[in-house]
Amino acid sequence: MGIELQNINKQFGEYKAIDNLSLNIASGELIALLGPSGCGKTTLLRIIAGLELADSGKILLENKDTTNLPPRKKNVGFVFQHYALFRRLTVFENVAFGLKVLPFRERPSRSEIRDRVAHLLKLVQMDWALTRYPSQLSGGQRQRVALARALAVNPRVLLLDEPFSALDAKVRQELRRWLRKLHDEIHVTSIFVTHDQEEALELADKIVVINKGRIEQQGTPQEVYDHPANAFVYNFLGNVNVFHGRIHNGKVSLGAHQLDAPDDLKNVEEKPSQTFVRPHEIGISRIRSNDKDLEGTIREVRLQGGQIGLNIECQGLDNPIEAEVPRELFVNLQLAKGVQVFVTINRVRVFTGDYEI
Amino acid sequence: MALFQIKRRNILPGFGLSMGYTVFYLSAIVIVPVSMIFFNTFPMGWEPFVNAVTAPRVIASYKLSFSTAFFAALFDAFAGLLTAWVLVRYRFPGKQFLDALVDLPFALPTAVAGICFATLYSPIGWLGQLLAPLNLHIINTPTGIIIALIFIGFPFVVRTIQPVLEEMEQEIEEAAHCLGATRWQTFTKILLPHLFPALLTGVTLAFARGIGEYGSVIFIAGNLPMKTEIAPLMIMSKLDQFDYAGASAVALVLLLISFTMLLLLNAVQEWQQKEYRS
Repeated sequence: MGIELQNINKQFGEYKAIDNLSLNIASGELIALLGPSGCGKTTLLRIIAGLELADSGKILLENKDTTNLPPRKKNVGFVFQHYALFRRLTVFENVAFGLKVLPFRERPSRSEIRDRVAHLLKLVQMDWALTRYPSQLSGGQRQRVALARALAVNPRVLLLDEPFSALDAKVRQELRRWLRKLHDEIHVTSIFVTHDQEEALELADKIVVINKGRIEQQGTPQEVYDHPANAFVYNFLGNVNVFHGRIHNGKVSLGAHQLDAPDDLKNVEEKPSQTFVRPHEIGISRIRSNDKDLEGTIREVRLQGGQIGLNIECQGLDNPIEAEVPRELFVNLQLAKGVQVFVTINRVRVFTGDYEI
Repeated sequence: MALFQIKRRNILPGFGLSMGYTVFYLSAIVIVPVSMIFFNTFPMGWEPFVNAVTAPRVIASYKLSFSTAFFAALFDAFAGLLTAWVLVRYRFPGKQFLDALVDLPFALPTAVAGICFATLYSPIGWLGQLLAPLNLHIINTPTGIIIALIFIGFPFVVRTIQPVLEEMEQEIEEAAHCLGATRWQTFTKILLPHLFPALLTGVTLAFARGIGEYGSVIFIAGNLPMKTEIAPLMIMSKLDQFDYAGASAVALVLLLISFTMLLLLNAVQEWQQKEYRS
């Protein structure tokens, strides 16, 4: 096992940041801790690094109990959101820092340090910046240097705390792909914290969805996205329309409309329910295709790259529906603000229980 | 031509007016009064000038002033750094009180401080009593002068380091710890270089203040010729004897040495900053 967390608890005053959380991560995996801000994901990362002490629980890194070790003995690489580079040291000195502070007997020779730093900087494509200072680099470049610095000490695990969130959208996407490629090359067990579901879906081998200090679901991006375990996960992974209603004798109410309940809820007699529909799982047409179609009027049109976002007010529904259609369809149907359309709901997820958003 | 370029590139309005005001202000408040020292000294002629400033008593006072100010500033560097550290990094009851206490040497009339020290360290004072049997004499010795100057210079160091320490992210230290650095390594390799410019500024201010300090020192120094006479006191005693030219001469040398030192320290700082800023 790369990382084993057993029954971790952490309380800040009245506030329970981590609630009896256990998690196993295989060696060499790239894991995303995904959750809303304040869900405890950063705290968990800091506990693994030893920057925060857990109130109870055990942490094993590469099968070695490191629960009570100080950060400097844990041998983890930590990448901070705001880089945390040493600004009075050059790029070279930043990356070499972890090697130069080793006890004399373990410290590599100067030429070895030089080679290792050069190798790492080449890996992160920053070998041209050896003698620069952090203030002379862009955000993306700084984060790459920070990554090289973290890797210099051959860490057992690499921990990244929202590593791309301080960067602008374009650089963020570039670095994401680049990190994925880098991980495929070096295979160090890595955890990165993010609140950006897109980032988690694109980058991770496995996603761990966290809410209120507990794990809601874990699995591959495909599993988590296609089979969300509960309403929270469904809601958190991507845009969604939510309809509050009741489930009654195999029928789900959707405002004034009725839908067939999914198979697993067919036998529920009477319960409050929440129906979730993703914007891209909604069909739009100008003519009624079947009697279950909802009738509505387009209230708002938004350009979203290849997709067009529509805000549709439907008869019999309290709140407008958000739908996404391909640009081509939008043009072919001659859709515009104020146009009457028929809405087909292709796929719904129904959750019962008292989950709140 | 160069001036016009500065003006054109500057986005902030009012460069001409504010620069003019600055030059006027510095002239009226600093340059003109200080230049009086030059003008008072010139009529005296070269030989009397050299005689006045190389008199053994005067030389001894220069040495005393600069050395005591230096050691006091050096001590303040450590004490001030530690105090700033405690005030920024820890939370404890009475912190605000302690923080306000730091500024006290700024506000207290220096003569009052001098009298306090003299009373405290006199052979029958609270501390003097305890030190006398150990044959440690504070009053009427350079040590006493240093103690007074430490008190006077202390807030300069604390107040220059404090803001730099406050704005330094905790993450920098955490990064160093994660990379395997001990606390001591983190302090010497990361924190200290980071704080160094501010520390240097604070120490420079404390040092400069120490050279010019008069009020608090004369009460504790005893003012023994050749032993505990500081340079400002030499100037005062020459004035008392209506030797205005002699006083100006001593002041001029003091001024030149101080100014050269401040200039040098500024240059060191400039050089330090230049390196890592783009």
